[in-house]
Amino acid sequence: MHALIQPVTTLKPVSGGRRASAAKMTHLARLEAESIHIFREVAAEFAKPLLMYSIGKDSSVLLHLARKAFFPGRIPFPLLHIDTGWKFKEMITFRDETAKRLNAQLIVHTNEAGKAAGVTPFTHGARYTDIMKTEALKQALDKYGCDAAIGGARRDEEKSRAKERVFSFRDAQHRWDPKNQRPELWNLYNGRLRRGDSIRVFPLSNWTEVDIWTYIHTENIPVVPLYFAKPRPVVDRDGLKIMVDDDRLPLNPGEKPHLENVRFRSLGCYPLTGAQVSTADSVPAIIEEMLRTTTSERQSRAIDADSAAAMENRKREGYF
Amino acid sequence: MAAVPVKPAASQNPVESPRTLEQFLAQQREIDLLRFITCGSVDDGKSTLIGRLLHDTRQVFDDQLSAVANDSRRWGTTGEVPDLALLVDGLQAEREQGITIDVAYRYFQTPRRKFIVADCPGHEQYTRNMATGASTADAAVVLVDAEKGVRVQTRRHTHIVSLLGVHNVILAVNKMDRIGYDKAKFEAIAGEFVAYARKLGVQNIEVIPVAALTGVNVVNRGAATPWYTGRTLLEALEALEGLEVARTDGLKELRFPIQLVSRPDANFRGYAGTIASGDISVGEEVLALPSRKSSKVREITTADGPLERAGALQAVTVVLEDEIDLSRGDVLVHPDHRPTLARTFDANLIWMGEAPLLPGKRYEFKIGSRYVKGLVDSIQHRIDVNDLTTREAEALDLNGLARVRIALEEPVAVDDYKLSRATGSFIIIDLLHFGTVGAGMVIAPNAAGQRASSDVVWQPTRVTAAIRANQKSQKPAVVWFTGLSGSGKSTIANALEQALVQRGHHSYLLDGDNVRHGLNKDLDFSEGGRAENIRRIGEVSALFVDAGLIVITAFISPFRVDRNRIRERIGDTFIEVYLSTSLEECERRDPKGLYVKARAGEIREFTGIDSPYEPPLAPQLSIDTSKQEIGATVDQILRYLENKGFLHQADPGL
Ligand SMILES: Nc1nc2c(ncn2[C@@H]2O[C@H](COP(=O)(O)OP(=O)(O)O)[C@@H](O)[C@H]2O)c(=O)[nH]1
Repeated sequence: MHALIQPVTTLKPVSGGRRASAAKMTHLARLEAESIHIFREVAAEFAKPLLMYSIGKDSSVLLHLARKAFFPGRIPFPLLHIDTGWKFKEMITFRDETAKRLNAQLIVHTNEAGKAAGVTPFTHGARYTDIMKTEALKQALDKYGCDAAIGGARRDEEKSRAKERVFSFRDAQHRWDPKNQRPELWNLYNGRLRRGDSIRVFPLSNWTEVDIWTYIHTENIPVVPLYFAKPRPVVDRDGLKIMVDDDRLPLNPGEKPHLENVRFRSLGCYPLTGAQVSTADSVPAIIEEMLRTTTSERQSRAIDADSAAAMENRKREGYF
Repeated sequence: MAAVPVKPAASQNPVESPRTLEQFLAQQREIDLLRFITCGSVDDGKSTLIGRLLHDTRQVFDDQLSAVANDSRRWGTTGEVPDLALLVDGLQAEREQGITIDVAYRYFQTPRRKFIVADCPGHEQYTRNMATGASTADAAVVLVDAEKGVRVQTRRHTHIVSLLGVHNVILAVNKMDRIGYDKAKFEAIAGEFVAYARKLGVQNIEVIPVAALTGVNVVNRGAATPWYTGRTLLEALEALEGLEVARTDGLKELRFPIQLVSRPDANFRGYAGTIASGDISVGEEVLALPSRKSSKVREITTADGPLERAGALQAVTVVLEDEIDLSRGDVLVHPDHRPTLARTFDANLIWMGEAPLLPGKRYEFKIGSRYVKGLVDSIQHRIDVNDLTTREAEALDLNGLARVRIALEEPVAVDDYKLSRATGSFIIIDLLHFGTVGAGMVIAPNAAGQRASSDVVWQPTRVTAAIRANQKSQKPAVVWFTGLSGSGKSTIANALEQALVQRGHHSYLLDGDNVRHGLNKDLDFSEGGRAENIRRIGEVSALFVDAGLIVITAFISPFRVDRNRIRERIGDTFIEVYLSTSLEECERRDPKGLYVKARAGEIREFTGIDSPYEPPLAPQLSIDTSKQEIGATVDQILRYLENKGFLHQADPGL
């Protein structure tokens, strides 16, 4: 599709239409219905579900679908955000606005022990993610006695995710055993658990990155402005453009923050998330840009740079 | 999707690629979805084929391609050529062992259609994962290696695909390069496969010669098979039609399983769910099953506004006119088009548990949004995938296929799976570890000969010893102790029974105390009386075995002929345990002072003194209780019972 697409400046979100005919469903309508079905199964089967809200575009779609699933009621479970203390400021603002807009209960959890011990992305390298994300998530799930944690992971993101079930079984230590997953047939999800075991639920399993953006466009779903290009202060570091979001980022000798027109393709902790130079400042422009891109979206996250097996290992340990 | 134009794709698509973003988005909103699986034997080239499809439809990103180039050097099997299979084999164990364990889902699209590919593992031991992938598929691409031809796994997978109601099957005869693109060999394989698939009742079969490694006839045609005039694999996948029909499999009648009762406030009560088949309109009369309450549709609510009418696969919330009390698991239907309401029905079953399926054992069944407890009443026959013959079976092992009769504790609304996947399918859940241990497809539930009415309370067709025993998770047996007076029979028998009960088994101990005073009160100690005594104990044991119990007996039973008669009566669940403690030791113990009396002539015909004891010639166990502790003896017997499969071990579960 390279070079087949002419730039377009104005494009209005289009709604409706695809729901008009009951006979034929487009792929987006099918994906939407599948996700809604999954949400309702979770609400019906579990005692203490919660939605792991990561603030990114996938989470935005997740919330939008949850709202649809329970309409006219409100979303019947709390949103959990694991705050490492190093998220972009705009993410935190967006998070709080979103919870208010949807009238949803928001739980924010930080690994206080890790914070007190001075764990930062700069001092602890890969262990930072273990402590401030993986550990923190386990702490929170245990603390709230959660038996089902809903997340926005998609199978097209990465190879070990491509193997994961929609209802993904975790033992009491939150471990995923990829060699011994429960069979999962039709849409008959097995929600039965022994005490202490839990399920991670992925309603967006079958969505692709293009689906997500097309749906955001079609449904006019709000996303964090960091996805849109604008001049932001960045430094070049290990091949990534790191945004200087506050004054806690230690600058290496010779590093000078400079303004560049950048946007983010995926969001995480600002010192670990690479920006890309871009002019895409609207959803259509992002889609257009994506159609020309030649790298996959996870590349902008420092966490995977090491090995292909990195994500699988994290998941076995209980990382989302 | 982003694109690496590695080489220009030959455009054979009648549908144009979008030229503008507007066109692209318009297309995104219009195109439909095809879900298919790739399956077949290990190493037939599934992963390579998917890698090739992704690559040639230009869905592969630069960083992914360079990662594959990296990995190829480490794990690859293709030498210098990048191993495209590594685009899909995701788990470490898979790459290390060079095999596929679980289904991997891949996504790609062409201007015509979105595709979800489920790449299924080829090994027989991972059949349950293959079935997972196939259960949601619209079509199946079955691979064979052109050099090896149709194999057991080819048949097994095709069979499962047909059982799961996938009507479109494409056979990709792969590695054509290895047989020099030989037309005759290709046609021989095609002929064999088509014959097999037809027998299974597969509706649409297409056979395509391909070479995944080089890409021949996958996306692009190539010059290697000039004799082949049919479609490439991608063309075939793009052309498959009638999927919406296939997906709801023809049932036009309304089935709306209620997932959730929505009660956000006192003014609203709605029933949320996904329409499984047919459609529903405002104003229509609907009936809820199994409760048989009826009402009219007042409103069909969605977050995007109310609908007048909603159809299959749509997720909606239905509001009724009347305040009737429905709950999750009820199914809304039109009163004139009801599904069968049944407690018992026949089904095809794929067994997925590590422990075998045992008729009579209680499981939980999930059907639609309903959980019901029940059991597999009987296995009518198991199916041999090789030649499709059927044979009798008492149990069904991991990956086994069988036709069974299901008996549930409450009636459920079901349809023939062939007509409706959503209301004709169920999974079976183990009640101890809660893993999914089976998947079933309902067979014509309203057919004659099946007790389909909910008014008939379930009666097992025939309660067998096996059914009773399966309920207790044990295999019935008689542990028959024999040995001199004082050899330790009662002591060991009691200790054994305690150990069994502790492990949750159901046993019964027969000894002098509970037999002599009642059942055998009329018998004396004459030779005839003794023989009759043992005969009756044997008969009672046989009845208890039939009741599913583990029977323990503790009698001297000195004569071989008496014991052998009982062995013949009971069969190989008769376990003779000879306590070989010597006469000297027994006399030394003499707990009841009987030996003293016998030696003094006060008791006549006392075994070992003035009446013979005939030791067994081939006892299952022979133990001298003067040589080891009671606990050790009990352990030895328990171990024997375990090894012989009398005590079912706990299923490790999933
Ligand atoms: N010559 C030849 N080899 C192939 C072809 N397709 C796959 N292979 C090889 O067959 C082996 C098994 O392929 P793989 O895709 O891993 O099989 P899977 O187990 O079915 O996923 C690998 O060594 C592939 O390179 C083909 O069309 N021609």
